[in-house]
Amino acid sequence: MVDDRVPEDSRYTPNASPAALEAERITRRDEAERERVAETVSFAAQRRLKFDAVRHLMPRWSAKLGWGVVIVGLITLFGLIGPYLVQDPHDSDNPALLPPGPGHPLGTTKLGYDVLAQLAWGTRGSLFIGLVAGVVTLVLAILFGILAGYFGGVLDEFLTLGTNIMLVIPGLPLVMVIAAYFQNTPGLGPLARSSLLIALILGVTSWAGSAVVLRAQAKSLRTREYVAAAKVAGERPMRVIFVEILPNLVPLIAAQFIFGIIFAVLGEAGLSYLGLGPTGSITLGTMLNDAQTGQAVGTGAWWWFVPPGAIIALLGAGLSLINFAIDEVIDPKLRLAPKAARSQRQAERRAAKRASQNKAAKDGVPA
Amino acid sequence: MPFYARRIVFYAITLWATISLNFLLPRLLPGDPAAIMIGKLRRANGGRPLSEETIKSIHAILGTGTGSIWDQYVAYWGRILHGDLGVSSTRYPETVSSLIGAALPWTLALVGTATIISFVLGVGIGAWVGWKRGTWLDHLIPATTLVQSIPYFWLALVLVAVFAVHLGWFPIVGGYDVFAFPDGPELSWPFFVSAVQHAILPIITIVLSSIGGWLLGMRNMMVSTLSEDYVTTAEAKGLRPKHIRGRYAARNAAIPSLAGFGIALGFVVAGSIVMEQVFSYPGLGKLMIQAVQGLDYALMQGVFLVITLAVLAANFSMDLIYGFIDPRVRHSG
Repeated sequence: MVDDRVPEDSRYTPNASPAALEAERITRRDEAERERVAETVSFAAQRRLKFDAVRHLMPRWSAKLGWGVVIVGLITLFGLIGPYLVQDPHDSDNPALLPPGPGHPLGTTKLGYDVLAQLAWGTRGSLFIGLVAGVVTLVLAILFGILAGYFGGVLDEFLTLGTNIMLVIPGLPLVMVIAAYFQNTPGLGPLARSSLLIALILGVTSWAGSAVVLRAQAKSLRTREYVAAAKVAGERPMRVIFVEILPNLVPLIAAQFIFGIIFAVLGEAGLSYLGLGPTGSITLGTMLNDAQTGQAVGTGAWWWFVPPGAIIALLGAGLSLINFAIDEVIDPKLRLAPKAARSQRQAERRAAKRASQNKAAKDGVPA
Repeated sequence: MPFYARRIVFYAITLWATISLNFLLPRLLPGDPAAIMIGKLRRANGGRPLSEETIKSIHAILGTGTGSIWDQYVAYWGRILHGDLGVSSTRYPETVSSLIGAALPWTLALVGTATIISFVLGVGIGAWVGWKRGTWLDHLIPATTLVQSIPYFWLALVLVAVFAVHLGWFPIVGGYDVFAFPDGPELSWPFFVSAVQHAILPIITIVLSSIGGWLLGMRNMMVSTLSEDYVTTAEAKGLRPKHIRGRYAARNAAIPSLAGFGIALGFVVAGSIVMEQVFSYPGLGKLMIQAVQGLDYALMQGVFLVITLAVLAANFSMDLIYGFIDPRVRHSG
């Protein structure tokens, strides 16, 4: 029944991975349901829905979202303002390997650098790489995913093949190889080992997952009536994509952007830890690399390697919490189903309580 | 095209793309990796000139060989098909293939075991948490994001600091006790015990870092599946809850987890590579890091190729299983 609504050509999925097929099947199922609901909604309600469209795309305020925004906000603030409030992160006049205490709230490193100062600059460096890589990922994912999903046909075949190849080639080994070549290329000068280059390499290698998700959704959107109406009205394909399709993908795109940032921050940390990170700027990864080469684990200098990892984990967790809230916009079942189950359970409990009260009342009546 | 044929064609193309990428990368950039590599090899050889064959091999693998780019490409394929991945400069005079051959079993065993444990535990717990939707267990879900966002290698550092350095329960580095077995790996019970002891912390690291993804994915699918009409029908029929949970909901909810297995595997492999550095584990990750740090281009490319091959093989076998479990993908071509 669901398949009847989808035209023949879009059901044909060239070289799609099972994951992509599954994503598509879920999309298709949800779409059928949405249409069923839409048919029963009155005309007046439909107009109201139209006005609510923007609010409908915004995540609902919840504890998860609140925590996520607070965590990410605090870390971003720390990265933005922190560097101006701390001492020079390369000031080696301090005593070495000082545990946390007055003057140095997070202690010092083997070279006498203040860990808090390093952490502030490192947070700024990691956030910069995360944002740049996130934007690159997003642009490529939109390019590959939405174009493939919207146009279909031969273009879809090629773009999907490219996406699926990038999806199965393990990312970090590829990044390591590319970074190793780039960093020893003569003629690149200071760019060769800069944060910017690292961010670009991370972005260029990690867009495939997002492209798969966006393609499935774009493919389902293009069969909607309003897209057909726009086409019949003679709109150019690019206008249809940017005006009719893209706004409906905003929650999904936001989720992919956030995912891209998490991936890049984690990737940078791994890359820098292995000594392939940027030189000249501090990131959370280079801090961990310094801690590794400075034998921080063996000497028990926990204040050196615990804070940078904790910031990475907290940032990732905060961003994921925001993504949860967005997920609930994309798939309302995730929000509604647990609520329904809870209210059903409460109703059952109330019924049981009432039954036992009735029983007690009956038993209480002297014979 | 039938499902299996389509998948085989896809993996063949991916394989070709990977090997071609490996061929192109050193040639795309202005530097001359082959010259750097030959210089390093000569130093490793104590300044004596290298054999004609070695130089030819390095040129074929890293470029700047004789002839047109097409001739170089053909020569490159010839080398790869004969299993000749060049000579390592950091571990001269060992060949890249022999180094990889020694390291591969360690990584396969470690990552394989950890991934299976993590998958089974994650999907199992996820199914249960999804079944208990709307209870206090829902509040545990946000906690998994924290676990998931922890870099593998940092978790490894913390575990080593606590359990190996501070408490002394586990060995700190290596894949086995190098003092008890100075001649290298051997087939004996004590060696096996030593290897298992050294593998416990790395396995815990991988399981802890990767379980969150499985758990969350399975939980969300379970919640979606439980609101399907056929589940309501099953409840209305009065089937036992255990029956509904296992045969109706969990089975169907697990399908996307299986489908996503391959993609998740890429993340696990990436995490494990960096993690091996923390434990000095004698696997592919450590080899890769050595190669990158020592600019041993031949070794670096060889390891990248083998890691990609292993991930492709795992993906392919997962696709076969998937096609067997879910007949819809076989027919919805």
